[in-house]
Amino acid sequence: MSLTEAPARPGPAAPAPRRLRRARGTLWALAARVWLVPIALVAWEIATRRADTVYFPPPSQIAARMHEVWLSGPVSRLFLTDEALGTFGPSLGRLFGGWLLACVLGITLGIAAGRSRTLADYIDPIIEFCRAIPPSALIPLFIVLFKTGTQMQVATIVYGVIWPILINTIDGARYVDRLHTDTAQVFGVRGAQRLLRVVLPSAAPKIFAGLRLSLSLAVVLMVVSELVGSSDGVGYQLIYTQQTFDMSAMWGAIVVLGILGYLLNSSFLLAERHILSWHRRARQTT
Amino acid sequence: MLDVVNLTHTYGQGPTAHHALGGIDLKVSEGELVCVVGPSGCGKSTLLRSIAGLIQPTEGHIRIRDTAVTGIPGDLAVVFQDYSRSLFPWLTVGDNIALPLRRRGMDRQARHRAAAEALQEVGLDGAAAKYPWELSGGMQQRVAIARALAYRPALLLMDEPFGSVDAQTREDLEDLLLKVREHHRMTVLLITHDIDESVYLGDRVVVLTSAPARVAGELPVRLPSPRDQIATRELPAFVHLRAEVGRLVRAKDRRG
Amino acid sequence: MIGRRVARGATGVAGLVVAAEIAGASGLLDPAVLPRMSTILLEAVRLPADPEFTADLVATLRVWAMGLLIAVLGAVPLGLVLGNLRRAETAARPLVEFLRPIPSIALIPLVTLLVPSTEAVKIIAVVYAASWPVLINTMYGLKDVDPVARETLRSFGFGRLAVLRRVSLPSAAPFVMTGVRLASSIAFVVTVSTELLAGGVSGIGVYMIRAGSGLRTDLIIACVLWTGALGLVANVLLVRLQRQAFRWHAVKAVGEP
Repeated sequence: MSLTEAPARPGPAAPAPRRLRRARGTLWALAARVWLVPIALVAWEIATRRADTVYFPPPSQIAARMHEVWLSGPVSRLFLTDEALGTFGPSLGRLFGGWLLACVLGITLGIAAGRSRTLADYIDPIIEFCRAIPPSALIPLFIVLFKTGTQMQVATIVYGVIWPILINTIDGARYVDRLHTDTAQVFGVRGAQRLLRVVLPSAAPKIFAGLRLSLSLAVVLMVVSELVGSSDGVGYQLIYTQQTFDMSAMWGAIVVLGILGYLLNSSFLLAERHILSWHRRARQTT
Repeated sequence: MLDVVNLTHTYGQGPTAHHALGGIDLKVSEGELVCVVGPSGCGKSTLLRSIAGLIQPTEGHIRIRDTAVTGIPGDLAVVFQDYSRSLFPWLTVGDNIALPLRRRGMDRQARHRAAAEALQEVGLDGAAAKYPWELSGGMQQRVAIARALAYRPALLLMDEPFGSVDAQTREDLEDLLLKVREHHRMTVLLITHDIDESVYLGDRVVVLTSAPARVAGELPVRLPSPRDQIATRELPAFVHLRAEVGRLVRAKDRRG
Repeated sequence: MIGRRVARGATGVAGLVVAAEIAGASGLLDPAVLPRMSTILLEAVRLPADPEFTADLVATLRVWAMGLLIAVLGAVPLGLVLGNLRRAETAARPLVEFLRPIPSIALIPLVTLLVPSTEAVKIIAVVYAASWPVLINTMYGLKDVDPVARETLRSFGFGRLAVLRRVSLPSAAPFVMTGVRLASSIAFVVTVSTELLAGGVSGIGVYMIRAGSGLRTDLIIACVLWTGALGLVANVLLVRLQRQAFRWHAVKAVGEP
């Protein structure tokens, strides 16, 4: 037995005709997946032009307005206008600030509660109760405590997104494979080493699932908190355009939120696939 | 070197209690390779987990080099049957071997040198940067053996180490074990349900009854060294011993 | 074992309450900012006797239930169709992936302009948010159907519809139920959010805003406690229902925390 037994890796570049065929196959698969998007867009365009109401501007008009408001800036700033920076900057700041804070708190507390049955028993009902409270219900309280502004918004986001992280981390840290912990114990791997090299990686797939869910929740809570009390950000933009009756810009803000959510989710998935590649590939081979 | 006296273990209490071990006495001397045979579910793994300090025995005591086992002994390594779960899939092969060596107070360089040496010994030189799941089952078990070797334990415990690999690989691994054990003069306690394997590998075979496990009998194995998969197995002495062990296992089956 | 867990849980809750009370009584927390625990709990007990609060509570429950019901009635059939037609599913997926992350709350300013009734605005927002988990879990459930079971029936000469009714629906049902459970908690969050945003005359959120403008922090927190209790009860009831109905099936949800 030697190293040549290793499972076959994808060989060197496939011969040209096969590569071409594969490329064509990928193109077809892509077309089968996205063909509805242009059709839906065109149908929407036609329908809105026919209906001709102010509330439903055609997509072309929305796109033009988005370009004008956000993407007509200088090249040196990737075409972003002051308006774009002033709107997306604060929003993204709150979004990531709140999410990262929730990550740190949730993972730390989750690992502790996942590894200690006693601690979990004590705080379990509190967690169950707190996560049943709709985070938006705390906004009136946070407004009184923090006044409107970034503090209130970050507090809302942290409270809203911490639960999936916490619950998943507890779950992941609690059910580390018995043989993994036994092995660690027999070979004297303990303390910080055990936490960093055994418990955390083993819980990582679950933790990542929680992180991804919480990231999409963070977008929602960012908007909610900005709608309630803010003087900048995408949520404020929605209110402002509504009041100034700038329908195209308002639709633009909604579209941006869809794109933002999609981008965040897919880039997180990408990072997750990269970081947890051992998990995916270990699954495939066993 | 290893001294097990009246080891008893019971899971649970009352009428639902499961008596896994019913008072086992076992001695392993320095440098000896002892095979423990018994049917599956007879409490072999409980015995091994007790010696490894992973569970507390209900009664009896275990001493390694005249020190009572309480908690995890420092100079003991285990090779488990399920290599895919006992190796950490998120660490490379090299890191899997190097991780336990921190406890030995070795610096990073020394750890990785030791890992490379151990890999060479099990015939996997150059595999340090690979991940366990990139290797075949037999190779993964070689990594587990390398991890145990690098740890330089006084006592090596093996729990059905070759139970999950195909027959050819199994023979290769058996011979590998005999080779490294000879080289390091290691003391090994190997648990298996395979009668042939126990006779082929062991200096002595201990047969357990089904649960609650007791020692049904012991047979010294006097076969010429080095052993050979073909030649040793056709010796009349091997055939005779295999039958003896088989009879002991059978006797216990009829009784149970 | 279970007795000890309950005892520990109760100790944990009691400990938190006592600690908060001590912090308030000792002046560690300014009662003007965060009222004392005893005051809050007293208010929480008194709240159900307040006819205004109960009216708001009923209004909230109505929006929640209506929104959830419409979402289920719409999303389950759509999920069944998409889950059965593979091509339709692949085509619809990018649209779903784009529409799903749009927070339903972001639609409120638009919907407010279109629909005069605030109650309808709230329900629309709830329906939009609650439909996704139901739709996606229904589709996922249909994919999970054992092909052997399906082909066995087909080989006995059953038609597509019969297979759908006898194999696909029963095996997808637990997934649908999980989707409904997720949708229920999302619907609750959106209901309260819309009450804060779309305003209107009734709802727990409206009640809280009124309490907030009077700087009655104790009342707000008492309301928060009630929303937590409500969410908890709804969740426990749905989990019970699911366990009762699908004892044979351990479900893994899509997008469940």
